Amino acid sequence: MSALTASTDAAASLAPTDRASGKAPAARTSRRRGPLDWVRAHALATTAVLIFVFLLAPNVVMFVMSFNAPVGKYNYIWHQFSTDAWRHPCQVGDICQHMGLSLEIGVVAMIASTILGTMAAFAMSRHRFRARPAVNVLLFLPMAAPEIIMGATLLTLFFSTIGSGSMGFWTIVIGHIMFCLSYVVVTVKSRLAGLDPTLEKAAQDLYATPRQTFLKVTLPLVAPGIAAAALLSFALSVDDYIVTKYTAGDQITFPLYVYGAVQRSVPTQIDVIGSMMMLVTMTGIAGMLVLGRLRARRR
Amino acid sequence: MSAQTVNVGVPPAPKPIGEPDLPERRKRNRLPYLLLAPTLLWLIIFFVVPIFTSVSASVQEGSLDQGYALTWRWANFSDGWSQYNGQFGRSLLFAFLCTVFCLLMGYPLAYFIAFKGGRWKTLLMALVIVPSFTSFLIRTIAWKTILSDNGVVVHVLNDLHVLNFTSAIGFTVGNHVLASPAAVVCGMVYNFLPFTVLPLYTSLEKIDPRLHEAGADLYCSPLTTWRRVTLPLSMPGVVGGTLLTFIPAVGDYVNAQLLGNPNTLVIGQSIEHEFLQDSTGYPLASALSVILMAATLAIVLLYVKKAGTEDLL
Repeated sequence: MSALTASTDAAASLAPTDRASGKAPAARTSRRRGPLDWVRAHALATTAVLIFVFLLAPNVVMFVMSFNAPVGKYNYIWHQFSTDAWRHPCQVGDICQHMGLSLEIGVVAMIASTILGTMAAFAMSRHRFRARPAVNVLLFLPMAAPEIIMGATLLTLFFSTIGSGSMGFWTIVIGHIMFCLSYVVVTVKSRLAGLDPTLEKAAQDLYATPRQTFLKVTLPLVAPGIAAAALLSFALSVDDYIVTKYTAGDQITFPLYVYGAVQRSVPTQIDVIGSMMMLVTMTGIAGMLVLGRLRARRR
Repeated sequence: MSAQTVNVGVPPAPKPIGEPDLPERRKRNRLPYLLLAPTLLWLIIFFVVPIFTSVSASVQEGSLDQGYALTWRWANFSDGWSQYNGQFGRSLLFAFLCTVFCLLMGYPLAYFIAFKGGRWKTLLMALVIVPSFTSFLIRTIAWKTILSDNGVVVHVLNDLHVLNFTSAIGFTVGNHVLASPAAVVCGMVYNFLPFTVLPLYTSLEKIDPRLHEAGADLYCSPLTTWRRVTLPLSMPGVVGGTLLTFIPAVGDYVNAQLLGNPNTLVIGQSIEHEFLQDSTGYPLASALSVILMAATLAIVLLYVKKAGTEDLL
């Protein structure tokens, strides 16, 4: 937070409009500055800080509540500090099996949608062809459809073809790949659009075959975009509730388990697993940033 | 996840002028189709075809034990509407309120990050995305703790007599915030705020800050500068952000389920109930989802047309 206020001070000093052009600067400075004046001068920054509190509060609450020993079945009210749930995260029900199922589905959906979506992104950004506008609309639509529509329509497809009894792991994976594809295409496409086309030309000037150009120049340059797309689709898949609900049959992924838990009991372990997810992604991203900086320094 | 996301609709697709139509060129033109084939097939089979199967399911009749038959029973639509028009209305109202609040909160935030963020821009944008590093269901459950009766929020609102007012207009119930329309809208705003901020930020970030100085030089107050210069330039972000918020918000029912009460049922809950709990509800639920699909599409098209940015879709 100190960084944030520091930057707003710097920004405020850069924006002289209301102070310098004011007609009575003397009158303004002569008045004693109360805390309210400070708030008025930093209204935008204050609003931004409040909105950040709104955005981040649930994560903080989740982390704090993961150390709670609740009274009764619902971990909603703070009672007593305890590390029990952290020491035995798998103790309640099949909570870890549900998480395992979610991770398995996430990995399969990630691999498939990243491969298919990357191919499609190359086609869309490197080639001009007749059906391109129509394809663009088709790629955009799944992102613009409410999730419940995708879930409900998929349910009717599976119900009328393979029947509700055969729904499970693979129907969930199919649904997840479907809604991840568009996001992968958009992410990889924007990375491709930012590439310097002269680099590929240079490779060809140096007698690289198209294959070599692709493997040694294009692919390494697009790799960060592909990695981001893969992470995004993994995150979307692991966190999905609505589409999963309609395609799951009798399978219970972690989100389905959490949703159901609200009706029965909310153990502290749910917050523990949520906090673990948060810590793992945060360290992962911090690690990537540090690695990137180290690599940049070596150059 | 940016204004571009909304922008993918109709690209200019300029044809290369004066290029020779050699047979070799024609052979190369098959490559994009080969690269696209798996994705297109997937989307057609699992996105487009299901729309038709659900329209077909919506005019069927029967039950889970005896099976369903296509009898062109259009009455499913009128039944669904008369039974659940309240839920439809509530879904649209909540989504509308959510979009308005997201815009009111997202715009200052995006503006602050884009123009006052300085070298902390990337970090601040990362903070907007940090919440999504963990399950949105768990975060929604955390709101139950934040808004609980002995929590700080309820105490402050009570002391300020805000709850008396909101309860009078039916937005909260008594001295509680949980299990009320206000809690549902709060959860929705929380969940969808990043979707508003990201496109807003991308379009605000492109604006040259020197335009503000120019506005000041021409004797505009900061507010007038914003109204006459910044706002018009950021309109693509506003339209994109509101669309990316409204569309998922219409179909959302997790917030209504976890933070609402039996009087805040939305259409998503009804569809799930009819599909998964009622043994004869399959055709009715399909009809409900077809109505929801058509309504969302109509509203979005109307909005895009009114907003005057038809090139967005």
